[in-house]
Amino acid sequence: MDIQFTEEQELLRSSVQRLLRDQYDFEARRKIVASEEGFSRKQWAVFAELGLLAAPLSEGAGGLGGGPLSTMIVMHEFGRHLVVEPFFETVVVAAGLIEQMGSPEQQQSFIPSIVDGSKIWTLAWTEKASRFDFANVTTRARREGSDYVLTGAKTMVVAAPWADYLIVSARTSGDDRDRGGVSLFVVDRRATGVDLQSFKTIDGRRAAEVSLRDARGQLLGVEGKGVAALEACRDRAIGALCAETVGAIGELNAATLDYSKTRKQFGTTIGSFQVLQHRMVDMFIAHQEALSLMQHLSLSLSAGDSALSRLASGAKSKIGDAGKFVADQAVQLHGGMGMTDELNVGHYFKRISSINIQFGDPAFHVLRYAQLDAAA
Amino acid sequence: MELNLSREDAAFRDEVRTFIAENYPQEMRVPNPETDLTKEQSLLWHRILHKKGWLAPLWPKEYGGPGWSVTRRFIFEQETSRAGTLPPLAFSVTMVGPVIYTFGNEAQKKKFLPRILSGEDWWCQGYSEPGSGSDLATVRTKAVRDGDHYIVNGHKTWTTLAQHADWIFCLVRTDPTAKPQSGISFLLIDMKSPGVTVRPIITIDGSHEVNDVFLEDVRVPVENLVGEENKGWTYAKFLLGNERTSMAGIGRSTRYISRLKKIVKAEIPADDPAHLEFLRDIARIELDVLALEATELRVVAQMARGIDPGPAASLFKIRGTEIFQNITELTHRAIGNYGLAIREHPVSANRFMPGPDYGHTASEKYLNARKLSIYGGSNEIQRNIIAKAVLGL
Repeated sequence: MDIQFTEEQELLRSSVQRLLRDQYDFEARRKIVASEEGFSRKQWAVFAELGLLAAPLSEGAGGLGGGPLSTMIVMHEFGRHLVVEPFFETVVVAAGLIEQMGSPEQQQSFIPSIVDGSKIWTLAWTEKASRFDFANVTTRARREGSDYVLTGAKTMVVAAPWADYLIVSARTSGDDRDRGGVSLFVVDRRATGVDLQSFKTIDGRRAAEVSLRDARGQLLGVEGKGVAALEACRDRAIGALCAETVGAIGELNAATLDYSKTRKQFGTTIGSFQVLQHRMVDMFIAHQEALSLMQHLSLSLSAGDSALSRLASGAKSKIGDAGKFVADQAVQLHGGMGMTDELNVGHYFKRISSINIQFGDPAFHVLRYAQLDAAA
Repeated sequence: MELNLSREDAAFRDEVRTFIAENYPQEMRVPNPETDLTKEQSLLWHRILHKKGWLAPLWPKEYGGPGWSVTRRFIFEQETSRAGTLPPLAFSVTMVGPVIYTFGNEAQKKKFLPRILSGEDWWCQGYSEPGSGSDLATVRTKAVRDGDHYIVNGHKTWTTLAQHADWIFCLVRTDPTAKPQSGISFLLIDMKSPGVTVRPIITIDGSHEVNDVFLEDVRVPVENLVGEENKGWTYAKFLLGNERTSMAGIGRSTRYISRLKKIVKAEIPADDPAHLEFLRDIARIELDVLALEATELRVVAQMARGIDPGPAASLFKIRGTEIFQNITELTHRAIGNYGLAIREHPVSANRFMPGPDYGHTASEKYLNARKLSIYGGSNEIQRNIIAKAVLGL
């Protein structure tokens, strides 16, 4: 149950750790976030060179075959350093969908340029009214020759301003909330009829409102299977986001503990106050439990367990709650300093808040976890 | 959730599972085994395990343990607890036994260990006193040397199942001038000795589990001193370390959750908004159990590789008890109006109890479980331990 990493996995972990320690400290990240584009193409090229962008992808598709455990290792370290580059969006989500749904030709045409770092991708599924429901799709796609044309609006698409390609969910048949009739399309972000309004997100990234007016799209996989594909994609995405949260939790705990041992009030370090000690013990326990659950989920993802989707929802809820608890307390224990942009604590807080919204919040997933049990 | 087991360990798990299914006494399947069984009934399973050689998983082979690996000990613990068997008396098997074989002399080992294994001796724990709860080092029960005896005077309290006990292991003060921790000795006292009086304490659930034990001029042979005089604190701490990992109580919590689900299904209509609220609360608790179980498996896997979790294991006591308390509280809520009723003790099937069978122990369990965060080092003490020994605060 406890993951004993293979030599390869250990190597991956230590190389990511070394890279981020040398090139991605908090000040370096601050500069990247403040830059014109809001992320670093140079870093992205380094990630590619190191093989990170290939790590979890299957060997058949041109990856290194590391699977969900590789994702966990990379995302955990990215969480510790608040990496903003779109590994999650491009590799975990988009490449994952291409692997899962794409024809062999599509895999061969798309994956190599993801792996070598030349193309960035993201998934555009959310709509104004969709909230966390993949089936609530009003964007329409109709066939035109060998391609499709898409019309509609996607909202809050993280990394869209950076992306070369979007995977867009659109309805090929059925009514607005039908599970069937939703399909996935590859859309060139610069194609005619694709319009982006970009903005910043709370966690220092860029996102966009995407409008599609007769934009050309290439069907990914088969028609009508979009919702099931997105659900499986969400399970993998949750594995990655949970690992990132756990990485962030670990850093928040270390920073808070450290601060409590140096910050003095009433003539003594605040870490000597029992009420704060017990709070930090609860933060420690939350970290341990989240870490265990993260490993359990990644192992289940690797094994393709049958109750996987329910477990993923459970982990999203439990680890999301743990992240929120630790982030709240880390800011509280840092006092006024925790409120400043200068300190990293608030940035972890914001990243965890952002993760908690994406692909469904803890409240959504705890109910899904309960209902999947009741249905079983 | 399961450990990744080798073929041999998987076969062992199946063997344990079958053994329980075939041998656990039906007589012991009562609504609340902790309070509803007589002394003799609660020893039935103990004797069966003893005959099988499985009574004391922790004990080295030379003293009668089965010689299992960390993994097998865990499997056994997991299977017995999932099956809802009443574990052998902890005071005897996991507490005083290991102290005796670790720190006792040959004569003590020879005299006491076989009688613990056979169930002939029932032990209770003489730690707490009216003035010494969490702060155990302040024990005041005095043992004064008089030739080849100690004369013991004092008052022990919260002594669980002392009403059944043949022996009590006590922390006593042998050097009143030393610092609190260094003047304490570990003494074994025969409950039949003149001067020992047991007085029941009835707890809020109506049951008789704990007692006051009064010791008045009790003459205890010097040969009943374990280890060295004034070193008792060390032995007491050793003993507390033994119970940490099993405190997660995953098997028990899992069983109580599935019962809770049945109660909710039967008692609360699906169109009642409360139904959804219960589903969500239960899901949260299930996830708490899952996260703790995953942590337990992680620690067991580490232990199997020789890595000791150390004081971090206090988290199992903290979370395991908090979770179980939440389950009993939710069960009491789920049973609705019937939660007003409580069984009378001693329990008898002839007494009337309203409502469905599955709700009969909801009230007393809810009340009784309040003790979990208090005993065995209160959860606040456990947090102090982690703060100091793990976080370095």
